[in-house]
Amino acid sequence: MLSQLEGSRAVAGAVVCCRPQVVCAYPITPQTHIVEAIGASVKSRQLKHCRFINVESEFAAMSVAIGASATGARAYTATASQGLLFMIEAVYNAAGLGLPVVMTLANRAIGAPINIWNDHSDAMAVRDSGWVMLFAEDNQTATDLHVQAFRLAEELSLPVMVCVDGYVLTHATERVDVPTQEQVDAFLPPYKPRQVLDPADPVSIGAMVGPEAFTEVRYLAHAKQLQALERIGEVAGEFAEGFGRHSGGLVSTYHVEDAEVVIVALGSVLGTIKDATDELRANGARVGVVGITSFRPFPLDVLREAIGDARKVVVVERAFSAGFGGVLSTDVGLAISDAKARLSTVVAGLGGRAVTEAGLIGVFEDALGDRLEALRFLDLDKDVVDRELARMAGTRRSGPSAENVLRDLGTVASGAL
Amino acid sequence: MSKAKTDGAITTTQPVKFYQVGSFAVGNRLVDPSLRTVQADAARTNAITSGHRACQGCGEALGARYVLDAAMRATGGKLVAVNATGCLEVFTTPYPETSWQLPWLHSLFGNAASVATGVAAALEVQGRNDVRVIAQAGDGGTVDIGFGCLSGMFERNDDVLFVCYDNEAYMNTGVQRSGATPPAARTATTEAVGREPGNPFDQGKNLPRLAMAHGIRYVATATVADLHDLEAKVERAMDFRGARYLHLLVPCPLGWSSAPADTIRIARLAKESGLFPVFEAVDGEVTAASGIRRLVPVEEYLRLQGRFRHLFDSSGAVAKTDIVARLQKLADANIERFGLLQPEVT
Amino acid sequence: MEKPFAITLDVGSSLANKTGSWRVERPVYIDRLPPCNDACPAGENVQGWLYYAEAGEYEQAWRQLVQDNPFPAVMGRVCYRPCETVCNRAQLDEAVGINAVERFLGDQAIEHGWSFEAAPPSSGGRVLVVGAGPAGLSTAYHLRRLGHAVVIYETGATPGGMMRFGIPKYRLPRDVLDAEVERICALGVELHLNRKVTDLPATMRDDGFDAVFLAVGAQLAKRAYLPAGDSAHILDAVSLLHSMEGASPPRLGRRVVVYGGGDTAMDAARTARRLGATDAVVVYRRTRERMPAHDVEVEEATDEGVLMKWLSTITEVDEGQILLEQMVLDDKGFPQPTGRFEKLDADCVVLALGEESDLSLLTGMDDVEIADGVVQVGPDLMTGHPGLFAGGDVVPAERTATNAIGNGKRAARTIDGWLRGETPREPARHELAGFEHLNTWYYADAPKTERPRLELVRRTSTFDEVVGGLDETNALFEARRCLSCGNCFECDNCFGVCPDNAVVKLGPGKRYEFDYDYCKGCGICMVECPCGAIVMEPERA
Repeated sequence: MLSQLEGSRAVAGAVVCCRPQVVCAYPITPQTHIVEAIGASVKSRQLKHCRFINVESEFAAMSVAIGASATGARAYTATASQGLLFMIEAVYNAAGLGLPVVMTLANRAIGAPINIWNDHSDAMAVRDSGWVMLFAEDNQTATDLHVQAFRLAEELSLPVMVCVDGYVLTHATERVDVPTQEQVDAFLPPYKPRQVLDPADPVSIGAMVGPEAFTEVRYLAHAKQLQALERIGEVAGEFAEGFGRHSGGLVSTYHVEDAEVVIVALGSVLGTIKDATDELRANGARVGVVGITSFRPFPLDVLREAIGDARKVVVVERAFSAGFGGVLSTDVGLAISDAKARLSTVVAGLGGRAVTEAGLIGVFEDALGDRLEALRFLDLDKDVVDRELARMAGTRRSGPSAENVLRDLGTVASGAL
Repeated sequence: MSKAKTDGAITTTQPVKFYQVGSFAVGNRLVDPSLRTVQADAARTNAITSGHRACQGCGEALGARYVLDAAMRATGGKLVAVNATGCLEVFTTPYPETSWQLPWLHSLFGNAASVATGVAAALEVQGRNDVRVIAQAGDGGTVDIGFGCLSGMFERNDDVLFVCYDNEAYMNTGVQRSGATPPAARTATTEAVGREPGNPFDQGKNLPRLAMAHGIRYVATATVADLHDLEAKVERAMDFRGARYLHLLVPCPLGWSSAPADTIRIARLAKESGLFPVFEAVDGEVTAASGIRRLVPVEEYLRLQGRFRHLFDSSGAVAKTDIVARLQKLADANIERFGLLQPEVT
Repeated sequence: MEKPFAITLDVGSSLANKTGSWRVERPVYIDRLPPCNDACPAGENVQGWLYYAEAGEYEQAWRQLVQDNPFPAVMGRVCYRPCETVCNRAQLDEAVGINAVERFLGDQAIEHGWSFEAAPPSSGGRVLVVGAGPAGLSTAYHLRRLGHAVVIYETGATPGGMMRFGIPKYRLPRDVLDAEVERICALGVELHLNRKVTDLPATMRDDGFDAVFLAVGAQLAKRAYLPAGDSAHILDAVSLLHSMEGASPPRLGRRVVVYGGGDTAMDAARTARRLGATDAVVVYRRTRERMPAHDVEVEEATDEGVLMKWLSTITEVDEGQILLEQMVLDDKGFPQPTGRFEKLDADCVVLALGEESDLSLLTGMDDVEIADGVVQVGPDLMTGHPGLFAGGDVVPAERTATNAIGNGKRAARTIDGWLRGETPREPARHELAGFEHLNTWYYADAPKTERPRLELVRRTSTFDEVVGGLDETNALFEARRCLSCGNCFECDNCFGVCPDNAVVKLGPGKRYEFDYDYCKGCGICMVECPCGAIVMEPERA
């Protein structure tokens, strides 16, 4: 059913159709609208047989989900940014215990400095947690991925995180085909837990595993992710059959067949990248795009195939690893390690800075002209950082660089020093 | 049965009680089985079975079995336990063996209360209100790292009995101070050196009173030394729905540097000295306190424990009279506050 | 359930981990000797019969009791209770009223007509018991149960010895004594009354006995020379108490002086009160502390108005009056005359200066040694004459009925051994269960039930029994005060306090056993055992 609505509402609608039994909510921008909407559904009894629990922290949110999932209930929560970091111990734990919790991550930057806008630093912080991590390019995908997420999670007994760009998607109102209850019920069978706390068949879940078996446990977690690699595409196919549209899968491609330069990216920035591609293609440039939907498990083979014979691969990412560079780039680099393509990382859109079509066209053009460095910070204000670096070189003191930069930018009044 | 010949004697009218062991021992072959403790029952659950790796004389292993066996009886075996990280978790479930005999889940150190909330919620939505939930943690997992989740569980009044096995320090990590460590106690992070050896005075968190302040239905304290009292409290706790809290003192021979054989004796002295008040509270008000039967000065309790050895000289006489006096004042304050020397309130 | 590898485990699987290998000390169940058992001259297993009594199993308790002592109803009245003196409970509140429960059981047996288990047919020796007092009857009882034929020759017309002639009715009603004696005879003991043995060797030979137990007691009153006028009224306590069994009680007058300080003196004075004496005065040459009479006797006598005249000797007796000399104790505690005299009105003087045995029947038996008026015996109670054993008041020992009964039991065992040509093995004695072995926390506070006492008025005017019995309720109460020192009474403490579930409960009456597969040897069970029935022993490598 087509509706004009906010991304958060669309996601909430899909989640409600998945009939979660325990939903834990703790407010953090920009995820909040999702759980608010679900809470309203529970309270209005649109969603029955569901406990909506207002917890006291994200750590509790994931912990409640763990308990609920281990007791045979379909459990859901949502978070963002600092909230994800606050629950990170439980995030790892849910994966380690193999509990099929589904969580929406409304991607947002991590402080300090505190910043409520979109980037992917939060998701990158948990990339090794053992969760399946799916990235939505637009709100239709975001909506559909949630339905697929429950199916995948429960089939594999693995938690699934659906990453939806904060504000850019969560707060954007656009046309979305929200699944109907009938469609979802046909696609998503009731939750049959692989392991469950039941007095009739008691087990001990969460044993302490020592050196003698820890490696095997970890290997099995990896093997499960590899199974997910198989199933993600299949589930997307089954979804397409049931819902009449394609959503999800491991990667999405755009004009890669003959591309000289391929841009690889996660999430909503792909839309702008595709616009830039169209612009360049119109001028005859052979450029293409690969969007990664499944960041974990990481589709090395599919990605390599999609990149094909491009001579230049540019990873545009909304996160980076200080002191190193791109995060996604490392994974992409591994995928193309046998190819002749050269790899560049473009760090863009941190903390909500707009990634413009013009900026991306510049990146493409520099790539085509072999002028793109290995690591570029898109739209970086060089003057500001150079001044601060000079100051730092002079004093060699740790101090509030952020404040200095802001002062240089004229955002705050000077006079503190 | 017929009366004996009494030769015109005056008959005494005292009721016949079981004075041989009174109501203090685990069982008594002479009393009705329904009046014996759950632990006296050869068919008890043994919620933690043999083969666990707790130290010799572990009070926590004992306390957890006491609590869970009583809860198993109270719920007809329909019980799920959630466990925080800590000794109890480690010594019961090293792969490939578990000592638990009931559905049991360990997640993390600080989240037992929340996980239990999730379990209870899941049971509720599945219409399994017959199955009850216990969360258990040590004092660290309760008063320190687990307090946020516990407080949330309390204020939401989630249907969970949270049990704190209080051995007054972080034992699993090597005896470090917690918010439940008593004043003057030596731990690895409050060494017995300097002018005020051991843990400082005027610190620490009184969890039972904090629990009461949350207004939850039922709060109780107990020790492993009085099984009848403990089991009655577990049973009572299971009569309530909503958040409940049981704070159980469990001596730790390792962390307290006490003889393994003295575990119960020390717990008894903690109560009889007044240092550990045993009481229960309903809806935020103290309704009963377990009176002191044989009052002892605090040094009798302290003397058996290496963590207080710096308070005594080599002959066992009190050396740090000022510190012992301050501890005695704490005991006296408890005695006063809870009326521990008055006749039993219960 | 499809369980994830390693993280999720099957319940109870830790049983595969045998933690018993950690142990350096192992707990072991033991039985210690309760102080009451240790102190009982009759060798009763007091804790053993209280174990049944506290369960209300009175017949079982009585049967356990009479394994050692066939006179519970008598002993429950007249024993001086050495068991209660040493009872550990005295250190907690008050001693268990063992004697009262014993009497209750004895009375129950009489009331319900419980009889002894039938003795085996006589297949062993044929034993003569001389004297039907407590020692003789006890020996006869035990010998009969050991399968020997037993014949008792008793000089008097009634059995019981000093139980009848030395203990007043108000302490021991005669129907009680008769019932317990009859029960022994019913075992097949041949009792010949009015049969005085004058020549023991001849009797042994002529009547064909394999062994003899000499238990003629001490029935002759010791006399002291007292200057006395012709009309002075002097008699001895033995005769007084003996004559109480006859048809007409003796006349003593209103003012009676009893001379002596033993239990017999108290009995005589109390008897005098009951015969109408307004003044009954016991004259004793030393002090209360040095008086041989048992406290309970002195207290009861005092309660009944008997007066005591300490540190006094009688130097002269006249009609209606005696002359006393005051004494002082010297450094060694012996009384010394002071030369100070006083007069005391007295219608009669009863001498209670002790008793001695009539051993004339041993004349001509040179191998039987007699010293200080008593027969010398070895630890097996055998005299120098092979096959002749002696016990009770004729041998050197404390002269109490309880002791005599114990002698009888011991003699029966050694006579049995002698007849079989075996040396009877002394049963191994366990280590004493001292108070320090107990964990008294587990015992509730429970003061002793006072045995109801007859009102004093009634006591001094009649020969009704002074001390009443317990009824079932308070007998049960009293029995349940027993701490069961040193002997498991199945309180389940060890079973409950083991952190490793390493104690196996075997079921009622079967106690427990340790599961050494899992016991880590922490020792909590030992510390928390109320009665001290667990010890820790070093583990052998």
